Amino acid sequence: MARPKLPAPPLPSALQAPPPRPGEGNGALTPVDHAKEAGTSVVDWVDERTSLSGAARWMMFRKVPKGTNWFYTLGSATMFAFLNQAVTGVFLAMFYRPDPSGGAYESIRHVTNEVFLGQFVRGMHKWGSSVMVILVFLHMGRTFFFGAYKYPRELNWVIGVVLLILTMTMSFTGYLLPFDQRAYWATIVGVNINGTGPLIGPYLSDFLRGGGEFGATTLSRFYAIHMLLVPGLLAALIGAHLYLVAKLGTTAPPWQKAEKNPELREAEA
Amino acid sequence: MSGTGALSLDIVPPVSDKHSQHKSRYTVDRQIPGAFDGETVTRRRFMTIGSQAAGGVAAASFLLPALGFAIGPIFKETPHTWETVGPTDMFPDNNYIPTVITLTPGIGEAGKGTVYVRKRNPAIDTDKADRDTQFIAITSRCAHLGCPVRWVDAAERFICPCHGGVYDLLGRRVGGPPVRPLDRFYTRVVRGMVQIGTRYSVNSELERFSPRDPGEPIDGLGQYMYPSRPSERR
Repeated sequence: MARPKLPAPPLPSALQAPPPRPGEGNGALTPVDHAKEAGTSVVDWVDERTSLSGAARWMMFRKVPKGTNWFYTLGSATMFAFLNQAVTGVFLAMFYRPDPSGGAYESIRHVTNEVFLGQFVRGMHKWGSSVMVILVFLHMGRTFFFGAYKYPRELNWVIGVVLLILTMTMSFTGYLLPFDQRAYWATIVGVNINGTGPLIGPYLSDFLRGGGEFGATTLSRFYAIHMLLVPGLLAALIGAHLYLVAKLGTTAPPWQKAEKNPELREAEA
Repeated sequence: MSGTGALSLDIVPPVSDKHSQHKSRYTVDRQIPGAFDGETVTRRRFMTIGSQAAGGVAAASFLLPALGFAIGPIFKETPHTWETVGPTDMFPDNNYIPTVITLTPGIGEAGKGTVYVRKRNPAIDTDKADRDTQFIAITSRCAHLGCPVRWVDAAERFICPCHGGVYDLLGRRVGGPPVRPLDRFYTRVVRGMVQIGTRYSVNSELERFSPRDPGEPIDGLGQYMYPSRPSERR
């Protein structure tokens, strides 16, 4: 059975395989041909059953306005910082113990000093968090100064602000987990800053601490918020953020002049 | 109701009133296939409501317990304990002796905290004198954001390392950002030994209030803006 073949890549003719001579083969595919097309076959098999290629094309092959520049990569950079945090965080969680009576500090010490590449992976997570916060702010600044938050993209701005708050929540909850002196006192101060909100502040502090005092549940509570609750929300909202970017398209930079009259443009050409 | 009102009832309105075209509540009247006599809810509508209700019950059966589980510790009663810190003659009445007590049991060193203790001095202590205040026990938790303050003997001041809060001998704020005096603990004397009990907050007049968290003023409206914990209220 003849199968649709992908068009040949635009290689110079010298590099292209010569077409089969008449009389060579009878049109049947040899095992080598099957092996060559294995990747395509697998993708075809999945696509025939999911139609995912349409969605992928819709997401990946978009028209972008004239003037798009390096500032437009800050969002992707933030997303890769998030992916870095997610992957390194998963592997750190394989070693971490949220035990306030010494186990948490000991497990972090173990990762840093004894595990192969542990210091590197922990460093990626620790410094990557600062990188992510910085990139979030740069991305936000780009959106603000280019006026890219205006109609019809207001909802994407709102989602972005929620993502900023969630990123801050990740920074706040993650800071406690090494459970050294700096982590402990910074968290005491941070929780008490939450408590200075009138009326609901004291209850918010109690929720964060899991009680009236910084206790045994506080660390595991922060750990659960840090690695289960907020990452799930972040991933879901990043998906919504990206969907709206693809749906609405990106804006031209503000210095980009409006397109001239199409007739004039043709006359120019 | 006047006579004209009664008259107007008999007049057919010239414009059809959309509210008068009311659909019968009986499915039979609406010619719905398979309708029963006296049936008012279609089966489709009944199934819709029923499956949504079932979904709601299923979701609530795990959401409500999980939510209660997460906020439950807030309402847990903290046991009132007394911890012995030393004999009565260990504490002078013009200087503080730092003692370490367990503020939160179960988390080892992280649950311990320093409490500054001295004997009550009637010449300087103006707050209410009763059997709970024969000894003054002042927390090391700064009333600004909870950093540990340190008693500096030479300056006769409590000084906070984080944001520069300064308190006098009675724990009243004399400088920096703190919003109220340092919290205190109830004390008692049992067989010549000083014991420290639970914490309470004081306003700038050194009147007692239920314990508040750092950063929460209790002067004036503050005591209502920052309510105390229900499980610790006295």
